[in-house]
Amino acid sequence: MSLLEIHGLRKCFGSVVAADDIAFIVAAGEALGIIGPNGAGKTTLFNLIAGGLFPDAGTIRLDGHDITAARPHQRCRAGIARSYQIPRPFENFTVFENLLVAAVHGGRKSEADAAQLCGEILNRCRLLPRANALAGSLTLLERKRLEMARALATAPRLLLLDEIAGGLTESECAELVGTIKELRATGVTIVWIEHIVHALVAVVDRLIVLNFGRKIADGNPQAVMSSADVQQIYIGIEA
Amino acid sequence: MNVWADALIQGILLGGLYALFAAGLSLIFGIMRLVNLAHGDLIVLAAFVILTIAAWLGLDPFAAALAALPIMFMAGFALQHLLLNRTLGRDLLPPLLVTFGLSIIIENGLLELFSADSQRLRAGSIETASVSLGGGVAVGVIPLLTLASAIGVVLALNLVFYRTSLGRAFRATADDLEIAQLMGIDFSRIFSVAMGLAFIVVTIAALYLGMRANFDPTIGPERLLYAFEAVIVGGLGSFWGTLCGGIIIGVAQTIGAQLDPEWQILAGHLAFLVVLVLRPRGLFPRATD
Repeated sequence: MSLLEIHGLRKCFGSVVAADDIAFIVAAGEALGIIGPNGAGKTTLFNLIAGGLFPDAGTIRLDGHDITAARPHQRCRAGIARSYQIPRPFENFTVFENLLVAAVHGGRKSEADAAQLCGEILNRCRLLPRANALAGSLTLLERKRLEMARALATAPRLLLLDEIAGGLTESECAELVGTIKELRATGVTIVWIEHIVHALVAVVDRLIVLNFGRKIADGNPQAVMSSADVQQIYIGIEA
Repeated sequence: MNVWADALIQGILLGGLYALFAAGLSLIFGIMRLVNLAHGDLIVLAAFVILTIAAWLGLDPFAAALAALPIMFMAGFALQHLLLNRTLGRDLLPPLLVTFGLSIIIENGLLELFSADSQRLRAGSIETASVSLGGGVAVGVIPLLTLASAIGVVLALNLVFYRTSLGRAFRATADDLEIAQLMGIDFSRIFSVAMGLAFIVVTIAALYLGMRANFDPTIGPERLLYAFEAVIVGGLGSFWGTLCGGIIIGVAQTIGAQLDPEWQILAGHLAFLVVLVLRPRGLFPRATD
């Protein structure tokens, strides 16, 4: 059963082709990793899926429904959530409020149900002790956790993680990978963009490689990483 | 008791009216960074709506204003939904031009419909009723009600902003529009509700504007100026700041008038300039940009 279907997706910024005829399918419950050099169009792809950008051509389907023209809040309510590479919490909100606004508006829950759900998510993302802190006062790891927790508060079926491990220390990264693994076990479908490949392959069961807006590899992580095309792009980059 | 104390008290009460002018402007700017150049004319429009309802149904101004509230809420919602939401974007110019045009349309539309004659909302004996504070100082009941309403409006807006789910959506949209949408907030609906609320505040302001003094279709832009000054003096994003800003402008005007009746308006503007020089971000800024 496929949750997300992408066909012939294309997006240009002037002469730069950020997405060039991209097509793939994500099955429900799957964890998919996306890698590629800087400027390969990874974040653009997320923006297209979450609705921050609209494609020049192609279709995006969620659960078989065409959402290509849906606005961002509609996609959120339909079950797509994304996190940003550079965390963008509502700075003047407490950690708890950040989740609450997502759960009430994105998750369409009553205030009371939302509050309970937010508590559970904070606990799962190990942010409970910081629940009443202002989001602006968090450390980087906490901000990354908040980014993920807030996305989860919208009760997504598809979670898009954009370089959530970037900028973390080795041990912080390992901790976060643990949280994402637990998350996966709850049945959320995950698409994860990451430069830190070893963190990625510890979680995902499939890998897509993008380069210059094109999909150049798609499949089993070990096979993808050892393919000649990918090796060529990643020469000098530790895998 | 001396005339200065009297001027100070009258100034504080006048400030209540300016705070009412400013609260709606502050609400809209705080949420959607929309500078509504038609705000003053909308207050005048609301005063004519109250006047018309009062005349048709034979109601006193308070009841007429109450009847106008739902109409004005819907008018604000529709204005934002059908027109202003289309002008919002990265470019700040389109909303300025559209609201400027709206201001001209409203003013001339009112002139066409109601002529340039001065109008007044007649409230009967309450207009001249006053409360003695002792020492020869008396304050009018209407000015007192104006200030009380301003405080009430600020309290209510703060309650909505910081205690409700709607307010959280307002603040989230103001904080980061893109993220707010990703969190499932339908910003166009939120903005339309915000404009509806601003129109409610505008109607309350119009009630006291019309009972305090004469009004005609052309006085809008000057009300806009006072409202702007109150918002800037108070600091963007803080309703209590806006109330203080209104009071500062009001007190400066009455003190100025006490020095020389010709100085009333000038003194208000000078107070605004002084604050702008000393505290460019206003006295109680909350917004970070």
